[in-house]
Amino acid sequence: MNNLIKGEKYDWEMVIGLEIHAQVKSNSKLFSSSSTKFGSSPNSQVSLVDAAMPGMLPVINKYCVEQAVKTGVGLNAKINNYSVFDRKNYFYADLPQGYQISQYKYPIVGEGKVTIDFKDGTSKDIRIVRLHLEQDAGKSLHDQNPSKTYVDLNRSGVALMEIVSEPDIRTPDEAGMYISKIRSILMYLDTCDGNMQEGSLRADVNISVRKPGDEYGTRCEIKNLNSIKFIKQAINYEVKRQIEILESGGSIEQNTMLFNTSTGKTRPMRNKEEAHDYRYFPDPDLLPLEISKEEIGKIKSSIPELPDELKNKFIETYKLSNYDASVLTAEKQTSDYFNETINSDPELKNHAKIVVNWITSELFSLLNKNNQDLNNSPVSPENLGQLIKLISTNEISGKIAKDVLEDMFSSGKTARQIVDEKGLQQVTDQGEIAKVIDEVIEENPKMVEQYLAGKDKLLGFFVGQAMKLTKGKANPKMLNDILKQKLNKKN
Amino acid sequence: MSKSSLKQTLKDLDSKKISIRELNQDNLKRIKEKDNLNVFIHFSEENVLKQIDNLEKDNSAKKLKGIPIAIKDLFCTKSMPTTAASKILENFNPTYESFVTQKLLDEGSIFVGKTNLDEFAMGSATNTSFFGNTINPLSKENEPLAPGGSSGGSAAAVAADLCLGATGTDTGGSIRQPASFCGVVGIKPTYGLCSRWGIAAFASSLDQAGIFSHNVEDASILLQSIAGFDQRDSTSAKIDIPNYFENLDDDLNGKTVGIPKEYSIDGTPMEISQIWEDAIKVLEKKGVKIKNISLPHTKYALPTYYIIAPAEASSNLARYDGVKYGFRSEEIDSLDEMYENTRAQGFGREVKRRILIGTYVLSAGYYDAYYLKAQKVRKLIADDFNKAFKECDFIVTPTAPSAAFPLNEKQNDPIKMYLNDVFTVPASLAGLPGISIPFGKDKNNLPLGIQILGKHFDEQQVFNAAVSLERSYE
Repeated sequence: MNNLIKGEKYDWEMVIGLEIHAQVKSNSKLFSSSSTKFGSSPNSQVSLVDAAMPGMLPVINKYCVEQAVKTGVGLNAKINNYSVFDRKNYFYADLPQGYQISQYKYPIVGEGKVTIDFKDGTSKDIRIVRLHLEQDAGKSLHDQNPSKTYVDLNRSGVALMEIVSEPDIRTPDEAGMYISKIRSILMYLDTCDGNMQEGSLRADVNISVRKPGDEYGTRCEIKNLNSIKFIKQAINYEVKRQIEILESGGSIEQNTMLFNTSTGKTRPMRNKEEAHDYRYFPDPDLLPLEISKEEIGKIKSSIPELPDELKNKFIETYKLSNYDASVLTAEKQTSDYFNETINSDPELKNHAKIVVNWITSELFSLLNKNNQDLNNSPVSPENLGQLIKLISTNEISGKIAKDVLEDMFSSGKTARQIVDEKGLQQVTDQGEIAKVIDEVIEENPKMVEQYLAGKDKLLGFFVGQAMKLTKGKANPKMLNDILKQKLNKKN
Repeated sequence: MSKSSLKQTLKDLDSKKISIRELNQDNLKRIKEKDNLNVFIHFSEENVLKQIDNLEKDNSAKKLKGIPIAIKDLFCTKSMPTTAASKILENFNPTYESFVTQKLLDEGSIFVGKTNLDEFAMGSATNTSFFGNTINPLSKENEPLAPGGSSGGSAAAVAADLCLGATGTDTGGSIRQPASFCGVVGIKPTYGLCSRWGIAAFASSLDQAGIFSHNVEDASILLQSIAGFDQRDSTSAKIDIPNYFENLDDDLNGKTVGIPKEYSIDGTPMEISQIWEDAIKVLEKKGVKIKNISLPHTKYALPTYYIIAPAEASSNLARYDGVKYGFRSEEIDSLDEMYENTRAQGFGREVKRRILIGTYVLSAGYYDAYYLKAQKVRKLIADDFNKAFKECDFIVTPTAPSAAFPLNEKQNDPIKMYLNDVFTVPASLAGLPGISIPFGKDKNNLPLGIQILGKHFDEQQVFNAAVSLERSYE
């Protein structure tokens, strides 16, 4: 695959690494018992610890540690028996302690990898450097008052997992696929709700460019991107910017950038003089985190089937393509839905590919159109299974089935109900079809003449006319066969 | 000056020889008489009377019922403001009660007031307080002496008989040195024995709450009351707390005392060396084996301490930023200016000095040379003690290199001031328990202190050795 981009003078390769911040799914914060519920009124979920009152001390939330270990296992990563919480010191209004508790030298999870799958059936491993636990900061609200900034500490102290990748990513699409894959794994594990709009999953993107074969170039980091679309836009803009600088003889200054979602441009966040020295040092309020092999083993054994395992199972059991299987397993709700559909009737196992298509194209597009989610789909897996069975047994045609699905979607009725009520069963009676064909041939003598003179394309015209007369219910194969027979007889 | 002991007072209260009200009104009278010592940052007679009223209505039996206790103003208290002797917390009223003070309240003690200290416990003379110096009650007229620090207010409160016990905190000697200067008993227990929850932090890996009292028995009673596991402090120890008082045993026959040669420092006044020798002689007479030991890394303790403590402090004090509570400067045009002016105006010189030192030693490029190295040396110092304690049951040294000095003597010489901690800092770095008891006087008839150090969580041995020395001295 050629991922190079053309500049004015040279071809360039982009080198991308991601730092993903995933909010740990947990009812309480990393070092306090306050709730983590999203969308509560400002400062309603703030304990004395979260507000950094004098003499308050952090106490580790064991559940968050388990969630991090679980995630590490899901990322095929090394779990460290010994890790340390450090203080990252800096001043900001929404950082009550004046430092963030994070893990610097000794993270809880070490090297791992995830695999991304391309449409052409190939795949690629992206290596993980580490995963560490840290606290989130609060939120500064600048838009509530013209001259004041308000601070909401509800998010202060919420547990985050920072997942750092190696710079193994080479295109904006790969970046998107990588973050989707991570999101999928976290959601399967139930360690993060994956909600990017609410900020539960966001990423810092490190980008540099180089001529193929050269050393890595100087990188810039774009902070806090909370959608795959923005990540791709930001990469595209930033890469272009860097190439332009380099090709005009300049050099890249290592910098932290912000992405403006309305202009689609990146800009530096702070200049060099303002660069932070975070003065990391081990937090003396917390003991090093030690996890025994037994505890890790226990957590490992509690882990559900992950997307890659499930994907392989689907490929093996249902002979699906790598790509189809990876689409199905990208989200847990999709694979759950597929499983329920295909298991609703023993017959369907032989039509797995049709089941995949009906879920990932027909049902998905209806859900999208109506702004709905598979989790609350008006069409249950059993009902979709019934519909597909009607197709596979030739009771209705695929074309009619699309209308039936739309009806099911809006009315909530079963496929069977709709087909019966509207009399949509396919006409499979040879005599009936032959009668209709005779009618069509009779009414279009000129066309018949032309067809017989060699204009084969007209076959479609006759099919269309016959379908029209049967209101689309004629079995297409039978219709075709009989039509050809009759026309040929005329010869 | 004859002072009633906590032990005797409990008996007198029990036998109704004296009432809670009489005891405390007598105490209030003395507090008002000694107002010139500037012992308290917060004192309210009304508050004390209210506590007496409440206790009189309370029929339950409580271990310290009615006992007047003074609280170092570093412990957060619900019923009184908490300032850490800093302008930055001038009007701070906690909505919560520290673990240690809650324990004392649960036992029925009466809080007489919040005592003065060096700002955020940074100092050795109680002269860096935003609320002014505390004067050592043992001062002669026209020659005010420092009470030591940082818990100088608490030490002075006990020495002036304004309470039957007081809480303190000790980071590098802040209980033991003022106890020595004021002629009272002061114990810093093992790091982790008393929860730090609710104590404004100075240096988290060193801070430890402790007790001032008139004598060793009283200290043993009070320490038991404030010790114990607290799940809100991750460094709090999960151990059973013995009944130190019941277990007190002054028979030291067959025990071994370690005498560290590195504590004989050039320039130490003769009188200090003399009381040290006297103490050793007393112990020898009691059948204690004298063992000369070596703590080879002692000379690095002070520099190590003055890297680690400021480093932690620079981070611990970052929360005082004017955003959430406490003092905020009026002159603010931007967020950065708010930080700069609030902290410039809110903190005193010594606190600023230590924040600067701490920030420096943690900075990129200096971390390895200072902080990391200091942590390694700290480990060596702790190892020295571990080795030494294989050969002895407790260690005896002087508490401080001098008796109480005149109030303003070392004000402008931080290095001289830091040298006050030379005997107390090593045990702090190792997290060991240490007590200072009055033992002898200098030529001006000022008290001197002897320090007894024990193994981790072996407070009982420390108390036993202390009570034995105390009884032989009396």
